[in-house]
Amino acid sequence: MAHPTTHHHDSYFDLVRRKRLYGGVMLVIFVLLLASGFRLADARNAGGFWDGLPKVFDFPADVVRDTAPKLDQLPGHMLHFLPSLIETINIAATATLIGALLAIVLSLLSTRGLARWPRLIGLFRRMMDIMRAVPEIVIALVLIFVLGGGPVPAMIAIAFHTVGALGKLFSEVNENADLKPVEGLASVGSRWGQQMWLGVVPQVLPNWFSYALLRFEINVRASAILGFVGAGGIGYELKNAMSWGQGRFDEAAAIFILLFGSIVLFDQLSSHVRNGLAHKGGH
Amino acid sequence: MADAALYADADRRFARKRVIAIAIPAAILAYLVYVFLAFDISGLASRARWDNGAILLSDTWSHKVHVTRDNRAGSVSVAIEGEKKGTYPEGTAPDWVALDGETTVIELGDGHIVRFLPDNALSYEVPGFGLIRARIDGGEVVTNLDPDRLPDWISLSGTRLQITTDAGRVSLTRNRTEAFNYFPGWELFFFTLTSPYHGHTLTDILFGPRIDPERGNIAGAWHDFWNNQMWAHGQVAWAIFETILMAFLGTFGAALISLPLAFVAAKNFTPLGPLRFALRRVFDFLRGVDGLIWTILLSRAFGPGPLTGSLAILLTDTGSFGKMFSEALENVDNKQIEGVASTGARVAHRYRFGVIPQVTPVLLSQVLYFFESNTRSATIIGAITGGGIGLLLTQAMITQKDWEEVTYYIVLVVLMVMAMDSLSGWLRRKLIKGD
Repeated sequence: MAHPTTHHHDSYFDLVRRKRLYGGVMLVIFVLLLASGFRLADARNAGGFWDGLPKVFDFPADVVRDTAPKLDQLPGHMLHFLPSLIETINIAATATLIGALLAIVLSLLSTRGLARWPRLIGLFRRMMDIMRAVPEIVIALVLIFVLGGGPVPAMIAIAFHTVGALGKLFSEVNENADLKPVEGLASVGSRWGQQMWLGVVPQVLPNWFSYALLRFEINVRASAILGFVGAGGIGYELKNAMSWGQGRFDEAAAIFILLFGSIVLFDQLSSHVRNGLAHKGGH
Repeated sequence: MADAALYADADRRFARKRVIAIAIPAAILAYLVYVFLAFDISGLASRARWDNGAILLSDTWSHKVHVTRDNRAGSVSVAIEGEKKGTYPEGTAPDWVALDGETTVIELGDGHIVRFLPDNALSYEVPGFGLIRARIDGGEVVTNLDPDRLPDWISLSGTRLQITTDAGRVSLTRNRTEAFNYFPGWELFFFTLTSPYHGHTLTDILFGPRIDPERGNIAGAWHDFWNNQMWAHGQVAWAIFETILMAFLGTFGAALISLPLAFVAAKNFTPLGPLRFALRRVFDFLRGVDGLIWTILLSRAFGPGPLTGSLAILLTDTGSFGKMFSEALENVDNKQIEGVASTGARVAHRYRFGVIPQVTPVLLSQVLYFFESNTRSATIIGAITGGGIGLLLTQAMITQKDWEEVTYYIVLVVLMVMAMDSLSGWLRRKLIKGD
């Protein structure tokens, strides 16, 4: 106890040094992993990174070269592909709508304090975990085999995943809901459905809506990608347009513009609406 | 008077709420009706191939063994799933098939007995129905069945007879006579017929005498399992790794690139308006082009493979991270920076001790969340660009017969994503809360 300050001083710097060492080692390992990962991916790729780098702009250049002389046809192409764009957006919207409705039910059933059957909370949570873990493409491809190509397999596949993804977020929102209205409603003898509808939903609806909107934006992208593997919509048209090959990329250009435009539009729209909700004060 | 106005106001509000309470469900319903028509859901039932669904379902948990006679050469072969790699060596067969010179007797179970007879004939004893005889005569199928009174489990045309019962399936055409017998489980999952370990139990392999004199049991069994020709476990493991690699490189590469850029795009760190504006538009562009178009574009330059997938994820996520990081940076508390500055710290130190500790938990949790979701994206991108488990999945689906493999891959993908979910959750807790 002769020099308590020096002692504390030393042990503090020891701690700092150790922390720095650990942090440094972690960082080095991480960077090494990243570097070796890139080299491995490079080696496994059909074309190498450094060979491909100068060619990155070849394809955009081809597309521009094919489109430039036929610029007058571009609006016509865009009009031609508008119905498939609408189909893609419809797939995303329906999937989000149905997914969100099911997610509401599942999330309420798996929130402590609100659940209809508290013993089954674990079961419903696992259900959502599994639904969230299934990539859309898996269900879409299986359903395409059974139901044939078209928007319905994609819609079901995206809705399935949406239930899991939104259900988790919704139940996190539900956990922050005030239980007093629920208790009040329970005390006057209301049923579970009424307690949820009148006691919980008004509190959490803005937050649910905000998450659902974000999901819709993600689902538009997913729906375009699924089209590319055969599930209808603009993705399918893009795949066809790509297969025309060099010299005929003008249709692909129209689709690129449509897709980019709609993704940016929904991105901006959803962030605008969500900001509005946040500034109004959430719930 | 004030009361009356208040009541009127309350009434108006109630009326408005009531209208909204009706209008929103009505709008949703109207939209769903429109989609129902636009997607032609009523026509879906007629287009759907429920028989495909039935094949798929039975194939996921069972396998079939083909007994095939080449009607020209007269040779009989027994093959699991009809695949070359699952063919029994010539002259051998499982115990429910009796190869006896010109005649082959196949017991499908439950008293169903099929006989491949000489002169391209066959007989099938169906309990409760009787004996079906059929043969090929001049390229035509000739049977003892009454063509006008066929049960629905028999299909007969001039050139083809097919009988499908609960016990199995038999078909006869000019070229071949075939019987399929169904068994539960994924046959040859561990070892193919060429491996000496096929048919041995785990305890046999681990503790029993040496099965293959050339190799030790465990090493040999592992080698044969890993290189199993039908299930290709080694390749599948590699594909899973490749998918995770794509997600890892894409996510963390994007995080590294967008961190410095986010400082430039944040209002409180970059006073230069135009630069900030330009960078924000770059982020919007990267995000707006989306993984699909990036994948197409990059696979033209780099060819198919995991690198293309990683770069596509990297580009899209640089846009997302750039936006999210710069927003997080704009929300930092200035007091800590001022505190650090008051000790006479330079700019670098102010960032290191004033900003980084504040934003690290937020950024890290976003990155880890993306890492998990990108494992799923990497599966999809892999299917398009040709890498990882996504490629194996689409390849197995295109053949439209290896549904047991498809099931296996689906299970693996789901397990992989759930594992990444737990890993990212664990890392989040470990790194951010520090416990």
